[in-house]
Amino acid sequence: MAGLLLVGFCAGCGDDEDSSSPRLVVSAASSMTVALTACSPDFDAADVRLQFAGSDELAAQIRQGVKPDVYAAANTKLPDELNKEDLLSKPVEFTTNELVIAVPKGSEIQSVEDLGADGVKLAIGSESVPIGSYTREVVARLPKAEADAILANVRSNEPDVKGIVGKLTQGAADAGFVYVTDVNAAGDELRAVKQPADLEPDVTYAAGVVKGAKQPDQARAFVGGLTDGGCADALEQAGFGAP
Amino acid sequence: MRLFPVLLALALAAALTFLTLPVVAIFVDSSPAELIDSLGEPGALDALWLSLRVTAISLAIILVVGTPAAYLLATRSFRGKAIVVTLVELPLVLPPAVAGIALLAAVGPSGILGGAVEATGIELTLQTAGVVVALTFVASPFYIRQAMAAFAAVDRTLMDASRTLGASEARGFFRVMIPTALPGLTAGTALATGRALGEFGATLMFAGSFQGITQTVPLAIYDRFSTNFDSALALSAVLVAVSAAILLSVKLVHGSEALGGAPG
Repeated sequence: MAGLLLVGFCAGCGDDEDSSSPRLVVSAASSMTVALTACSPDFDAADVRLQFAGSDELAAQIRQGVKPDVYAAANTKLPDELNKEDLLSKPVEFTTNELVIAVPKGSEIQSVEDLGADGVKLAIGSESVPIGSYTREVVARLPKAEADAILANVRSNEPDVKGIVGKLTQGAADAGFVYVTDVNAAGDELRAVKQPADLEPDVTYAAGVVKGAKQPDQARAFVGGLTDGGCADALEQAGFGAP
Repeated sequence: MRLFPVLLALALAAALTFLTLPVVAIFVDSSPAELIDSLGEPGALDALWLSLRVTAISLAIILVVGTPAAYLLATRSFRGKAIVVTLVELPLVLPPAVAGIALLAAVGPSGILGGAVEATGIELTLQTAGVVVALTFVASPFYIRQAMAAFAAVDRTLMDASRTLGASEARGFFRVMIPTALPGLTAGTALATGRALGEFGATLMFAGSFQGITQTVPLAIYDRFSTNFDSALALSAVLVAVSAAILLSVKLVHGSEALGGAPG
């Protein structure tokens, strides 16, 4: 919602300060906030305006006619869908992330098995957002009784990772599933509990140029820089993996 | 010559178009059939029922505590009254996100009163009780402000007459003040109800989002926004209809001055 307002707001402000370099609007998944904020000022071809929100929310905006130049999602499904609907160029897979269990630093939770115990309060992503569907994918790979116990402990289905992290740092929830990069970004407050490799979902990020983008050339350059360039380095530094 | 009235009319036309167009679009974009279908979806009726319940509970709290508090503020003058009134009204201008953070910092598990809340055995975050707290926090100033204005507008001689006739202040409060101020109190109730029904940010941040427990209609709309825009639209239409019905019924019961002309 804030994102929609932001786009609406800036559509109205027209050209301001720096008229020499074009403005590139990048809609990116919230999980890349730290990395992309760090590398965008170094993107020479344009003045980058970053817009962060849930990947699904940004996709919904594009479907409603909002036109950023670049769309970078926390999965491949949404960019593929937009590509099929002729709203996005062929998506480029540019990085990977890891789904982990996040717990407040003093927590005694050590493994996914502990999440089904009585009285454990879980905050996870809503089914409609990528983090939530990855979470359900992991839980579905567990034995049924264990999966049911975990789902029964869910107290909140949050619309984005920020909501999950906030509930954990404020002590409202005991554990949640987030990306490893979110745990890194939260500093000392959270600890990541990794899960066995056979449970780990394939979390691949993909980006593309939005059809009808005002700056298609710069947009292509920006997407290219996600795999090879300043932003690729920034992503690696934030804990993202190679595609 | 006649330019000024024309300008006034133009301003009204602009305001009316701007304010009604988005609301009209909700209804134009969703057919009645879709509207009914959307209510059949899992979670939609739960959200509606939860919204009505938590709104009713917070309204009860707001009325019981807010009415005497507003009466006191309207009828007494004391040092620092302006500060007290400002503090009471402050949540009116707080962004919902600030309200959510503030509630977490105050009565969340790690908040300054978190230990005290826990000691009572009441759980607020991620629970229905937390939604009630969020709604009460953001909606009560709407009622208290309106109620203060309504009490202040009551002719003092009415109350003085009842005191002269030997009635206690409590009796005067119930027999004279409340009936006389009733249109204003009702208007305040309607505004607070609308605000409570529409609360989003503080609820999400403080109470979370879980079907049947904390997911009110605005949260359910947001949850559907990305996956099912039509369904989000239809649920929005239901919320608009309920809110409009509340506004309208107040106007019908108390005449148009209850909401339009009340001072303050």
